Amino acid sequence: MKVIEVGRAGTDANDRDADLLRRELKEKDLFLINLMSAAGSGKTTLLSRTITDLRGKASIGVMEADLASDVDAAAIEALGAASIQVHTGGCCHMDAVMTREALEAFDAGEARILFLENVGNLLCPAEYDTGAHLKVMILSLPEGDDKPLKYPLMFRESDALVITKMDAAPYFDFDLEAAKRRAKALNPKIEIFPVSAKTGEGMEAWENWLLTAWERWREDA
Amino acid sequence: MHELGVVTHVIRTLEEVAQENDVTKIGSVTLTVGEVSGIVTEQIIDCWNWFKKKTPLVCEAELKIEPVPAVTWCTACEQTYETVKYGKTCPHCGSKETYLLQGSEFAIKEIEAE
Repeated sequence: MKVIEVGRAGTDANDRDADLLRRELKEKDLFLINLMSAAGSGKTTLLSRTITDLRGKASIGVMEADLASDVDAAAIEALGAASIQVHTGGCCHMDAVMTREALEAFDAGEARILFLENVGNLLCPAEYDTGAHLKVMILSLPEGDDKPLKYPLMFRESDALVITKMDAAPYFDFDLEAAKRRAKALNPKIEIFPVSAKTGEGMEAWENWLLTAWERWREDA
Repeated sequence: MHELGVVTHVIRTLEEVAQENDVTKIGSVTLTVGEVSGIVTEQIIDCWNWFKKKTPLVCEAELKIEPVPAVTWCTACEQTYETVKYGKTCPHCGSKETYLLQGSEFAIKEIEAE
Protein backbone atom coordinates (compact mmCIF):
# COMPACT_ATOMS: atom_id res chain seq x y z
CA MET A 1 0.00 0.00 0.00
CA LYS A 2 1.21 3.48 -0.84
CA VAL A 3 -0.22 6.76 0.29
CA ILE A 4 -1.25 9.23 -2.39
CA GLU A 5 -1.83 12.83 -1.35
CA VAL A 6 -5.04 14.01 -2.98
CA GLY A 7 -5.75 17.41 -1.47
CA ARG A 8 -8.85 18.09 -3.53
CA ALA A 9 -12.16 19.52 -2.48
CA GLY A 10 -14.97 17.03 -2.06
CA THR A 11 -16.76 18.88 -4.87
CA ASP A 12 -13.78 18.78 -7.26
CA ALA A 13 -15.32 16.51 -9.95
CA ASN A 14 -18.50 18.57 -9.90
CA ASP A 15 -16.60 21.84 -10.26
CA ARG A 16 -15.03 20.64 -13.49
CA ASP A 17 -18.32 19.34 -14.87
CA ALA A 18 -19.81 22.72 -14.10
CA ASP A 19 -17.07 24.62 -15.97
CA LEU A 20 -17.58 22.43 -19.03
CA LEU A 21 -21.34 22.91 -18.97
CA ARG A 22 -20.90 26.68 -18.61
CA ARG A 23 -18.78 26.80 -21.77
CA GLU A 24 -21.21 24.61 -23.72
CA LEU A 25 -24.14 26.82 -22.75
CA LYS A 26 -22.20 29.85 -23.92
CA GLU A 27 -21.80 28.26 -27.36
CA LYS A 28 -25.55 27.65 -27.45
CA ASP A 29 -26.23 31.24 -26.36
CA LEU A 30 -28.11 30.10 -23.27
CA PHE A 31 -27.64 32.27 -20.18
CA LEU A 32 -28.20 30.13 -17.09
CA ILE A 33 -29.01 31.63 -13.69
CA ASN A 34 -28.93 29.55 -10.52
CA LEU A 35 -31.72 30.89 -8.32
CA MET A 36 -31.40 29.82 -4.70
CA SER A 37 -33.53 30.43 -1.64
CA ALA A 38 -35.38 28.84 1.23
CA ALA A 39 -38.70 27.13 0.59
CA GLY A 40 -41.62 29.53 0.33
CA SER A 41 -39.50 32.63 -0.33
CA GLY A 42 -41.46 33.59 -3.44
CA LYS A 43 -39.16 32.30 -6.22
CA THR A 44 -41.99 31.34 -8.54
CA THR A 45 -43.89 34.58 -7.88
CA LEU A 46 -40.76 36.66 -8.56
CA LEU A 47 -40.09 34.77 -11.79
CA SER A 48 -43.69 35.00 -12.95
CA ARG A 49 -43.63 38.77 -12.58
CA THR A 50 -40.17 39.07 -14.17
CA ILE A 51 -41.26 36.96 -17.18
CA THR A 52 -44.34 39.12 -17.67
CA ASP A 53 -42.50 42.45 -17.23
CA LEU A 54 -39.70 41.51 -19.63
CA ARG A 55 -41.94 40.21 -22.39
CA GLY A 56 -40.59 41.55 -25.68
CA LYS A 57 -37.18 42.29 -24.14
CA ALA A 58 -36.07 38.83 -23.10
CA SER A 59 -37.48 35.36 -23.50
CA ILE A 60 -37.15 33.46 -20.23
CA GLY A 61 -37.38 29.74 -19.52
CA VAL A 62 -37.52 28.10 -16.12
CA MET A 63 -36.25 24.79 -14.79
CA GLU A 64 -37.92 24.02 -11.49
CA ALA A 65 -35.97 21.67 -9.28
CA ASP A 66 -37.92 20.11 -6.49
CA LEU A 67 -38.03 16.94 -4.49
CA ALA A 68 -41.36 16.02 -6.10
CA SER A 69 -44.54 17.64 -7.56
CA ASP A 70 -44.97 19.97 -10.54
CA VAL A 71 -47.04 22.84 -9.17
CA ASP A 72 -44.34 25.46 -9.83
CA ALA A 73 -43.77 24.44 -13.46
CA ALA A 74 -47.50 24.58 -14.11
CA ALA A 75 -47.61 28.16 -12.80
CA ILE A 76 -44.79 29.22 -15.15
CA GLU A 77 -46.31 27.46 -18.14
CA ALA A 78 -49.57 29.30 -17.53
CA LEU A 79 -47.62 32.45 -18.54
CA GLY A 80 -46.64 30.86 -21.84
CA ALA A 81 -42.99 30.47 -20.85
CA ALA A 82 -40.98 27.30 -21.40
CA SER A 83 -40.56 25.30 -18.24
CA ILE A 84 -39.54 21.90 -17.00
CA GLN A 85 -39.96 20.27 -13.62
CA VAL A 86 -36.87 18.48 -12.41
CA HIS A 87 -37.30 15.98 -9.63
CA THR A 88 -34.15 15.54 -7.61
CA GLY A 89 -35.45 12.30 -6.14
CA GLY A 90 -35.11 13.55 -2.60
CA CYS A 91 -31.69 15.15 -3.10
CA CYS A 92 -31.35 18.52 -1.43
CA HIS A 93 -29.45 20.41 -4.14
CA MET A 94 -28.78 20.47 -7.89
CA ASP A 95 -25.29 19.66 -9.14
CA ALA A 96 -23.77 20.02 -12.61
CA VAL A 97 -24.65 16.51 -13.77
CA MET A 98 -28.28 16.91 -12.74
CA THR A 99 -28.42 20.32 -14.41
CA ARG A 100 -27.01 18.88 -17.64
CA GLU A 101 -29.60 16.09 -17.61
CA ALA A 102 -32.38 18.60 -17.02
CA LEU A 103 -31.12 20.78 -19.89
CA GLU A 104 -31.03 17.80 -22.24
CA ALA A 105 -34.65 17.02 -21.47
CA PHE A 106 -35.71 20.66 -21.72
CA ASP A 107 -37.16 22.24 -24.83
CA ALA A 108 -36.10 25.83 -24.24
CA GLY A 109 -37.73 27.02 -27.47
CA GLU A 110 -36.94 30.68 -27.98
CA ALA A 111 -35.84 31.22 -24.40
CA ARG A 112 -32.33 32.66 -24.11
CA ILE A 113 -32.32 33.26 -20.36
CA LEU A 114 -32.88 30.15 -18.27
CA PHE A 115 -33.55 30.24 -14.56
CA LEU A 116 -32.72 27.14 -12.60
CA GLU A 117 -34.92 27.23 -9.51
CA ASN A 118 -32.77 25.27 -7.12
CA VAL A 119 -34.21 23.17 -4.29
CA GLY A 120 -35.62 25.36 -1.49
CA ASN A 121 -32.73 25.28 0.95
CA LEU A 122 -30.10 27.88 1.97
CA LEU A 123 -27.35 25.38 2.74
CA CYS A 124 -25.94 22.95 0.19
CA PRO A 125 -27.18 24.57 -3.05
CA ALA A 126 -24.49 27.15 -2.28
CA GLU A 127 -21.79 24.47 -2.27
CA TYR A 128 -22.54 22.86 -5.62
CA ASP A 129 -21.70 24.65 -8.84
CA THR A 130 -24.47 23.91 -11.35
CA GLY A 131 -22.69 25.41 -14.36
CA ALA A 132 -24.74 28.60 -14.15
CA HIS A 133 -23.31 31.94 -15.34
CA LEU A 134 -24.93 33.89 -12.55
CA LYS A 135 -26.03 33.08 -9.02
CA VAL A 136 -28.96 34.91 -7.52
CA MET A 137 -30.40 34.32 -4.08
CA ILE A 138 -33.70 35.33 -2.60
CA LEU A 139 -34.34 36.29 0.98
CA SER A 140 -37.98 36.94 1.76
CA LEU A 141 -38.76 39.58 4.34
CA PRO A 142 -40.57 37.25 6.80
CA GLU A 143 -37.42 35.08 7.04
CA GLY A 144 -35.70 37.84 8.99
CA ASP A 145 -32.72 40.16 8.58
CA ASP A 146 -30.39 37.79 10.48
CA LYS A 147 -30.14 35.20 7.67
CA PRO A 148 -26.75 36.44 6.38
CA LEU A 149 -25.38 35.56 9.82
CA LYS A 150 -26.86 32.06 9.75
CA TYR A 151 -26.16 31.06 6.15
CA PRO A 152 -23.02 32.99 5.23
CA LEU A 153 -21.89 30.78 2.33
CA MET A 154 -24.94 31.47 0.20
CA PHE A 155 -24.53 35.23 0.62
CA ARG A 156 -20.84 34.95 -0.17
CA GLU A 157 -21.47 32.96 -3.35
CA SER A 158 -24.29 35.00 -4.86
CA ASP A 159 -23.98 37.80 -7.44
CA ALA A 160 -27.29 39.30 -6.42
CA LEU A 161 -29.66 39.19 -3.47
CA VAL A 162 -33.34 39.85 -4.11
CA ILE A 163 -35.27 40.67 -0.94
CA THR A 164 -38.86 39.71 -1.70
CA LYS A 165 -42.24 40.41 -0.10
CA MET A 166 -41.36 44.04 0.73
CA ASP A 167 -45.10 44.79 0.75
CA ALA A 168 -45.27 42.83 4.03
CA ALA A 169 -42.80 45.24 5.73
CA PRO A 170 -45.41 46.87 8.02
CA TYR A 171 -46.13 43.51 9.65
CA PHE A 172 -42.60 42.34 10.38
CA ASP A 173 -39.63 43.67 12.32
CA PHE A 174 -37.34 43.34 9.35
CA ASP A 175 -34.44 45.80 9.42
CA LEU A 176 -33.62 46.31 5.73
CA GLU A 177 -30.47 48.33 6.42
CA ALA A 178 -29.17 45.65 8.82
CA ALA A 179 -29.85 42.92 6.24
CA LYS A 180 -28.00 44.91 3.56
CA ARG A 181 -25.09 45.66 5.88
CA ARG A 182 -24.74 42.00 6.89
CA ALA A 183 -24.91 40.77 3.30
CA LYS A 184 -22.34 43.36 2.15
CA ALA A 185 -20.01 42.45 5.00
CA LEU A 186 -19.92 38.89 3.70
CA ASN A 187 -19.80 39.85 0.04
CA PRO A 188 -19.01 43.48 -0.83
CA LYS A 189 -19.83 42.87 -4.51
CA ILE A 190 -23.35 41.54 -3.98
CA GLU A 191 -26.12 43.60 -5.63
CA ILE A 192 -29.19 43.96 -3.44
CA PHE A 193 -32.74 44.48 -4.73
CA PRO A 194 -35.63 44.91 -2.28
CA VAL A 195 -38.78 44.11 -4.28
CA SER A 196 -42.44 43.22 -4.10
CA ALA A 197 -43.59 41.08 -7.00
CA LYS A 198 -47.12 41.81 -5.80
CA THR A 199 -47.06 45.62 -5.98
CA GLY A 200 -44.19 45.90 -8.47
CA GLU A 201 -42.03 47.91 -6.03
CA GLY A 202 -38.33 47.62 -6.91
CA MET A 203 -38.95 45.24 -9.81
CA GLU A 204 -37.56 47.58 -12.44
CA ALA A 205 -34.15 47.86 -10.78
CA TRP A 206 -33.88 44.07 -10.52
CA GLU A 207 -35.01 43.53 -14.11
CA ASN A 208 -32.66 46.19 -15.49
CA TRP A 209 -29.75 44.63 -13.64
CA LEU A 210 -30.69 41.24 -15.05
CA LEU A 211 -30.84 42.58 -18.62
CA THR A 212 -27.51 44.36 -18.19
CA ALA A 213 -25.85 41.23 -16.82
CA TRP A 214 -27.20 39.24 -19.74
CA GLU A 215 -26.02 41.79 -22.32
CA ARG A 216 -22.59 41.92 -20.77
CA TRP A 217 -22.36 38.12 -20.85
CA ARG A 218 -23.40 38.06 -24.52
CA GLU A 219 -20.74 40.61 -25.47
CA ASP A 220 -18.12 38.69 -23.55
CA ALA A 221 -16.32 36.38 -25.97
CA MET B 1 -30.13 12.95 2.02
CA HIS B 2 -27.18 15.27 1.56
CA GLU B 3 -24.46 12.74 2.39
CA LEU B 4 -25.33 10.29 -0.36
CA GLY B 5 -24.85 12.95 -3.02
CA VAL B 6 -21.58 13.94 -1.36
CA VAL B 7 -20.33 10.33 -1.50
CA THR B 8 -21.08 10.04 -5.21
CA HIS B 9 -19.04 13.22 -5.83
CA VAL B 10 -16.14 11.91 -3.76
CA ILE B 11 -16.11 8.60 -5.62
CA ARG B 12 -16.07 10.36 -8.98
CA THR B 13 -13.08 12.42 -7.91
CA LEU B 14 -11.37 9.25 -6.63
CA GLU B 15 -11.88 7.57 -10.01
CA GLU B 16 -10.02 10.45 -11.63
CA VAL B 17 -7.24 10.32 -9.06
CA ALA B 18 -6.92 6.55 -9.58
CA GLN B 19 -6.60 6.97 -13.33
CA GLU B 20 -3.94 9.66 -12.97
CA ASN B 21 -1.91 7.47 -10.60
CA ASP B 22 -2.47 4.06 -12.23
CA VAL B 23 -4.31 2.76 -9.22
CA THR B 24 -6.85 -0.05 -9.56
CA LYS B 25 -7.76 -0.65 -5.94
CA ILE B 26 -8.05 1.82 -3.09
CA GLY B 27 -7.52 0.53 0.46
CA SER B 28 -8.56 3.60 2.40
CA VAL B 29 -9.72 7.17 1.88
CA THR B 30 -9.13 9.99 4.35
CA LEU B 31 -11.52 12.93 4.33
CA THR B 32 -11.11 16.13 6.29
CA VAL B 33 -14.50 17.20 7.58
CA GLY B 34 -15.06 20.54 9.27
CA GLU B 35 -17.26 20.67 12.32
CA VAL B 36 -19.66 23.09 10.60
CA SER B 37 -19.31 21.72 7.06
CA GLY B 38 -22.81 20.33 7.24
CA ILE B 39 -21.53 16.77 6.86
CA VAL B 40 -22.75 14.28 9.45
CA THR B 41 -19.90 11.80 10.05
CA GLU B 42 -22.06 8.79 10.94
CA GLN B 43 -24.24 9.34 7.91
CA ILE B 44 -21.41 9.75 5.46
CA ILE B 45 -19.83 6.51 6.71
CA ASP B 46 -23.16 4.68 6.30
CA CYS B 47 -23.61 6.08 2.80
CA TRP B 48 -20.02 5.20 1.95
CA ASN B 49 -20.38 1.60 3.09
CA TRP B 50 -23.53 1.21 1.08
CA PHE B 51 -22.39 2.98 -2.07
CA LYS B 52 -18.82 1.68 -2.29
CA LYS B 53 -20.05 -1.81 -3.18
CA LYS B 54 -21.20 -0.45 -6.53
CA THR B 55 -17.71 0.75 -7.49
CA PRO B 56 -14.93 -1.87 -7.92
CA LEU B 57 -12.21 0.73 -7.30
CA VAL B 58 -13.36 1.45 -3.74
CA CYS B 59 -15.45 -1.63 -2.87
CA GLU B 60 -13.04 -2.65 -0.11
CA ALA B 61 -11.91 0.83 0.93
CA GLU B 62 -12.25 2.02 4.47
CA LEU B 63 -13.40 5.61 4.99
CA LYS B 64 -11.41 7.57 7.56
CA ILE B 65 -12.61 10.92 8.84
CA GLU B 66 -10.29 13.62 10.16
CA PRO B 67 -12.48 16.13 12.01
CA VAL B 68 -11.56 19.83 11.91
CA PRO B 69 -12.90 21.85 14.86
CA ALA B 70 -14.75 25.06 14.04
CA VAL B 71 -12.97 28.20 15.27
CA THR B 72 -14.23 31.77 14.97
CA TRP B 73 -12.16 34.98 15.00
CA CYS B 74 -13.44 38.12 16.67
CA THR B 75 -12.34 41.26 14.83
CA ALA B 76 -13.23 43.48 17.81
CA CYS B 77 -11.09 41.87 20.53
CA GLU B 78 -8.85 39.85 18.20
CA GLN B 79 -9.29 36.52 19.92
CA THR B 80 -10.56 33.14 18.78
CA TYR B 81 -13.32 31.02 20.29
CA GLU B 82 -15.23 27.76 19.73
CA THR B 83 -17.84 28.38 17.03
CA VAL B 84 -20.27 25.63 17.96
CA LYS B 85 -20.45 26.68 21.60
CA TYR B 86 -20.87 30.44 21.10
CA GLY B 87 -22.10 30.91 17.53
CA LYS B 88 -21.76 34.38 16.04
CA THR B 89 -21.34 36.30 19.31
CA CYS B 90 -17.86 36.56 20.81
CA PRO B 91 -17.82 35.17 24.39
CA HIS B 92 -14.86 37.44 25.29
CA CYS B 93 -16.33 40.83 24.38
CA GLY B 94 -19.88 40.28 23.10
CA SER B 95 -19.14 41.57 19.59
CA LYS B 96 -20.94 40.11 16.58
CA GLU B 97 -18.19 41.23 14.20
CA THR B 98 -16.79 37.75 13.94
CA TYR B 99 -15.96 35.31 11.16
CA LEU B 100 -15.22 31.64 10.76
CA LEU B 101 -11.51 30.80 10.61
CA GLN B 102 -11.84 27.05 10.07
CA GLY B 103 -14.43 24.32 10.27
CA SER B 104 -16.27 24.56 6.97
CA GLU B 105 -13.81 22.41 5.01
CA PHE B 106 -14.67 19.22 3.23
CA ALA B 107 -11.82 17.67 1.27
CA ILE B 108 -10.25 14.43 0.19
CA LYS B 109 -6.90 14.45 1.97
CA GLU B 110 -5.26 11.21 0.87
CA ILE B 111 -5.80 7.64 -0.23
CA GLU B 112 -3.97 4.40 0.40
CA ALA B 113 -3.68 2.34 -2.76
CA GLU B 114 -2.09 -0.69 -4.31
